[in-house]
Amino acid sequence: MNITKEEIQHIAELSRLDLSVEEVEKYRTQLSSILDYVKMLDEVKTDNVELTAQVSGLMDVFREDEVKEWDKQETEAALNLGERENGSLKVKRVLQ
Amino acid sequence: MMNLNELTIKEARVLLDEGKITSLEITEACLKQIETLDKDIHACLTVCADSARAEARVADKRLKAGERGMLLGIPYLCKDILMTKGIRTTAASKILENYIAPYDATVVMKLKGAGAVLLGKTNLDEFAHGASTENSAYGPTKNPYDLTRVAGGSSGGSAAAVASHMCLFALASDTGGSIRQPASFCGVVGIKPSYGKVSRFGLLSMTSSTDVVGPIAKTVFDAALVLNVIAGKDELDATTAPVEMTKIENKFANNTDAQPLSGVKVGLPTEYFLENLNPEVKDKIIAVANKLKLAGAEIKSVSLPYTKYGIPVYYIITPSEVSSNLARFDGIGWGLKKEEAVNLQEFYKKSRGAGFGPEAKRRIMLGTYTLSAGYYDAYYKKAQTVRTLIIEDFNKAFKKVDILLTPTSPHGAFKIGEQSNDPLAMYLEDIFVTGASLSGLPAISVPAGMIKVKDGNEMPLGAQLIAPRFQEDLMIQIAKLIV
Repeated sequence: MNITKEEIQHIAELSRLDLSVEEVEKYRTQLSSILDYVKMLDEVKTDNVELTAQVSGLMDVFREDEVKEWDKQETEAALNLGERENGSLKVKRVLQ
Repeated sequence: MMNLNELTIKEARVLLDEGKITSLEITEACLKQIETLDKDIHACLTVCADSARAEARVADKRLKAGERGMLLGIPYLCKDILMTKGIRTTAASKILENYIAPYDATVVMKLKGAGAVLLGKTNLDEFAHGASTENSAYGPTKNPYDLTRVAGGSSGGSAAAVASHMCLFALASDTGGSIRQPASFCGVVGIKPSYGKVSRFGLLSMTSSTDVVGPIAKTVFDAALVLNVIAGKDELDATTAPVEMTKIENKFANNTDAQPLSGVKVGLPTEYFLENLNPEVKDKIIAVANKLKLAGAEIKSVSLPYTKYGIPVYYIITPSEVSSNLARFDGIGWGLKKEEAVNLQEFYKKSRGAGFGPEAKRRIMLGTYTLSAGYYDAYYKKAQTVRTLIIEDFNKAFKKVDILLTPTSPHGAFKIGEQSNDPLAMYLEDIFVTGASLSGLPAISVPAGMIKVKDGNEMPLGAQLIAPRFQEDLMIQIAKLIV
C-alpha cells in the first residue's frame, strides 16, 4: 500500500502534529509498510464474529454521583496549572 | 554480610524484623549502587535521595514501634509513567519534562501506606511505546549483563534496576509485553497481572483496553508479595474487578511437596514453537517443561491457531487507543508549550510536534489513520473481531490445560541501535507477549537460563506462563518451581 504525501499531511493535521518535510517522507514509507503488514488480517474470516472492545468482564459500572472530600492542596494544584487570567485558563486565540 | 541492596525482599524482611538492619541502611546501599552504576546503565530518570531517606527513617520508627508489614522499610523504584506526588513524572517524554503530578497513583499510595521506600523513577520507552527503552527521550537503558545491549522495554529501566540491585523491587506497566520482555532480557521476574486486578489510577494511559500495572522483582516470591499489596478493587478505576470476580480457588493449592504439580496440565502452544524458533530458546523452555513434569505436571501440546494475528491486531488497536489517549497533551495547563504560535490550532501542532518523539508520533499518526473515516471498518473494527478469535483460542486451550508455557521472547537482548531504524522489526519483538495482553490474562516471565546471542556472549532468557484470568495464585505456585 502506498500512502501519499498529501494523506500523511492530512493525518498530521487531524493529529495536530507539526511535521517537518523529512518527517512527512519518513512516516509515509513507515506507515505504508506497517499498514501492508497489518493487512494480513484480511485473510481471517470474521463474518458473524463479535468485536471485542474491552476485556474487563464488567458492564455498566455505575456509582452515585456524589461529591467527595479530596486533599485540598492536591485539588488546587491540579486545577491551577497553566497560564491564568482573572481566574480563567488563558489560551491562544481561536478565530483569526 | 552481603551488600544490603542485593537482598531479596524475603531476606530483608527477616533482618529488618529482627532489628539486625535498618531501612535506612538498605536505602543507603541502594542509593550508593545507583550512584555507582547508573551513569553506565541509565535505569533511573529521577533519584529522590532525600525523600527516600526521610521515608526510610519513618519506616524504621514504625518497625521500632513494633509494627510489621511485608514491605515495611523496603526500597523500590517506580516506572516513570506512574504519578508520584511532588516527584517529577516524565513518561520519558520531552512533552512532560517538567511535570510534577499533584497526586499519587493508587499503587504508589498503597506502597506508601505499606511503608515501602520510593528511591526514584525508572526509564522507559517514551509513553511506554517500545520494546527496548531506546525510544526514551532521555537516552536508552543499557542491559546490566552487557552494556552494548538493550534492557528490553518498555519497562527497561525497572528491569535493569532490579537486575543490578539498585532496588529490591520495581513497579512497571505492561500493555503488550512491557513487563515480561525486559524481565526476560535482564534475567529477573516480571508479573503482568490480569486486566482489572491492579488499579491504573495515576498510570498514564497508553492502551486503555490492555494496560496493567505489575511488579518486577528478583524472585517469584518477592514479585508475588508486591502484587498482593498493590492488587484490589479501586473506586478510582472503574475497570478494576470486584473482589468476588477475582476470588478463584486454586484447586492445586493443597498438593503435597513431593508432587507439588500433581494433576496440573501444562500446555505448550505449538504456534509458539515453530520451525524458525531459535533451537536454544526451544531447549530452555523444554527444560522448564521437564522440570514441571518432575514436579508431577502433565505436559500437553495445545494449539492457538490465531497466534500469528496477535501482532497485527495489537498494532492496530494500540495506536488507535494511543492516538486518543495522547490527545490530552495539548500544551494547555501542563506539558511543553510553544508560545510563539499565533493561534490555538498552530499552538497545538507546534507544541505536540516539538514535544512528542518519533515513535509516539508514529503511533498517533497510525491510530489517527486507522480510526479515520473510511478506514475504521477495514482496520480498527477488523482488528477488534480478530481479537475475539484470539481470546477464544485461549478459552478453548484452557478447557484442556490449566496453564500455558512459552518463551517470553524469541531471543536474548539485542544490540543497542540494531533494530531502532525499523519500527516493524521492533513490533515483532512482541510476538509471544501480545496474546495475554489482548486477552486480559495474567502472565509471568521467570528466568530460564542463559542463551548464546549473535556475538557469542550469553544473555538471559525468560520462560512465560500464561494462566486463565485471575488465576495468579496457580501461576505463581508453578513459577516458584521454575527458579
